[in-house]
Amino acid sequence: MKIVVLVKEVPEASARTRIDPVSLRLDRSGTAALNPFDAHALEEALRINEAQGEGEVVAVMMAPASAADSLRKALAIGADRAVHVADDALAGSDLVATARALAKVVEREEPDLVLLGQQGSDSDGAVLWSALADLLRLPVVSQAASLELAGGKATVKRQTEYGYDVIEAPLPCLVAVSDAINDPRYPSLKGIMGAKRKPYEELSVADLGVPVEEVGEDGSRTTVLALADPPSRGESVRIEDDGTAAEKVLAYLGERKLI
Amino acid sequence: MRTLVYLEDHEGELVRGSLGVLAKAAQLDGGVAAVVCGPGVASLAADAGRHGAARVYVADDPALAAPLPQPRVDVLARLVGEQGFDTVLFGASVLTADIAAALAVRLGAGLNWDLVDLERRDGALVGRRPALQDSVYADVGWKGEARLALVRSGTYEPAETGGEAEVVEIPVELEDFSTRAVMVERAHAESEGPSIEDADVIVAGGRGLGKPEGFSLLEDLAKALGGAVAATRAVVDAGWYPYAAQVGQTGKTVAPRLYIACGISGAIQHKVGMQASGTIVAINKDPNAPIFEYADVGVVGDLHQIVPRLTELVKARGA
Ligand SMILES: Cc1cc2nc3c(=O)[nH]c(=O)nc-3n(C[C@H](O)[C@H](O)[C@H](O)COP(=O)(O)OP(=O)(O)OC[C@H]3O[C@@H](n4cnc5c(N)ncnc54)[C@H](O)[C@@H]3O)c2cc1C
Ligand SMILES: Nc1ncnc2c1ncn2[C@@H]1O[C@H](COP(=O)(O)O)[C@@H](O)[C@H]1O
Repeated sequence: MKIVVLVKEVPEASARTRIDPVSLRLDRSGTAALNPFDAHALEEALRINEAQGEGEVVAVMMAPASAADSLRKALAIGADRAVHVADDALAGSDLVATARALAKVVEREEPDLVLLGQQGSDSDGAVLWSALADLLRLPVVSQAASLELAGGKATVKRQTEYGYDVIEAPLPCLVAVSDAINDPRYPSLKGIMGAKRKPYEELSVADLGVPVEEVGEDGSRTTVLALADPPSRGESVRIEDDGTAAEKVLAYLGERKLI
Repeated sequence: MRTLVYLEDHEGELVRGSLGVLAKAAQLDGGVAAVVCGPGVASLAADAGRHGAARVYVADDPALAAPLPQPRVDVLARLVGEQGFDTVLFGASVLTADIAAALAVRLGAGLNWDLVDLERRDGALVGRRPALQDSVYADVGWKGEARLALVRSGTYEPAETGGEAEVVEIPVELEDFSTRAVMVERAHAESEGPSIEDADVIVAGGRGLGKPEGFSLLEDLAKALGGAVAATRAVVDAGWYPYAAQVGQTGKTVAPRLYIACGISGAIQHKVGMQASGTIVAINKDPNAPIFEYADVGVVGDLHQIVPRLTELVKARGA
């Protein structure tokens, strides 16, 4: 089946991320990577098509042109094709503006299934799928711990505040998967080499046919007003394990009468 | 300000997170309205009144029986449009996050999420939003109306005002795509499990344990300390440990004297369930793991080395 996987670029987990104090936007100048949560969505898409013996996986990302390496990583892992929505006019897009641009790509692709990750490791938004589903007028299920496809339906088991639900939605639909749904594969050397030959399409706002005033800063209705340090949380102790970490922890707990 | 608060219900009661946001909204806006959705929810209106709502809109329809977001978006979009609310507030949950995001699209409105405070500054609504694993706090605002906000779970306490709400029934008209997803099984907590809420000491484990059997290391340490074992959603979803022992947004909220987190990255959704703990010890091999941002003792190392050794030492000390 044809599956669109929405992937995002985020700052590398090991990099110290910051918000630019002047633009009040995320400083994306440091090393960036494919959102680790999206690797689970991609893995799920690959497994579905491997089980069915056919299909196409299209990785779609909206990000500045500099994010190409992260999107190519999705190709190296196994996506068949990439669509990169890149345009200066998209800078500063909030949730709704981002959804407007990505909805156009999904409409063009007409997939049977759209998969997303459980959250961006940078934004912690965990909301894009629902905005997108509303624009596309399609059913959506989030937080999928398992996903089964049969008889033109997606069956999802997912956790909420009260335990596990099972939800069914007819295809086409959107499903956002939890990070426990599978263990994502790593790109193989062959995959990395092969990625260079896979179709990679770049689209601008004009290509998508979205009015410019509906995206980017102009199309966004949220603003960042100011930044501040978090409330201080008192002294903390750092222990690098040199073989005596357990002893040091015990001493700390003993001193404070915690054991 | 004309504020509407969405009230989530579960098993015949309004949930605490919703009532907490209602209390805050009533402080910001005297005549705050609320909305409840579902068959037979009219009986909850009185409770909403007691907790600060001046008016409660009731959408009573069998199509709203399952706690699914899309039909609720239809109800809210129409209500906000007809009544001209300029602010719509939600206590964050799996359900309300999905409602709020779609409502933002429908109304062409701004949505700010994960807020830990709301205030009025020179007449304008301002939200406080921790970002980048809570390492920076941003003040966020809205351009135009409506202003939509999701408030982080556990932020505000409900407050009884003893008021009485005017109840208004509203019609329910749903879009064709909104009812295509159906709930075939509803909220069951899988297997029974341990009770962790009253534990004095909690030893918690995440995906860093490597495999389900890794939990035996934690059980040994917990036993030596006289505590209980808890888990992250990642390992509960994967079936390594029972849901009853999960800490976080969709699990339990705990505040033991001592919380030892082993192989847990420290996602915000985990943090909200344990940040009130007395002392937090984190063992993680990644020096940049977000949990080190809020641990009192951060141990950078391999839990498979450190935990068994710590168990030995605790036992030896007790003997
Ligand atoms: C709506 C929503 C609700 C959620 N609710 C919850 C909730 O209630 N509770 C919850 O916990 N999560 C919840 N989550 C999920 C949360 O965002 C994270 O995905 C989850 O907490 C990660 O679990 P983890 O720390 O076990 O796994 P990971 O994030 O994979 O972290 C594993 C950690 O182990 C470390 N590690 C690996 N090997 C070792 C070793 N040998 N020694 C030491 N350290 C090691 C790694 O460095 C890493 O930091 C929710 C998410 C969403 C979107
Ligand atoms: N700019 C983007 N381009 C493509 N997919 C995205 C983008 N932003 C978010 N997503 C998808 O939406 C999910 C949730 O992201 P967020 O709502 O930002 O936490 C991610 O896991 C991705 O699957």
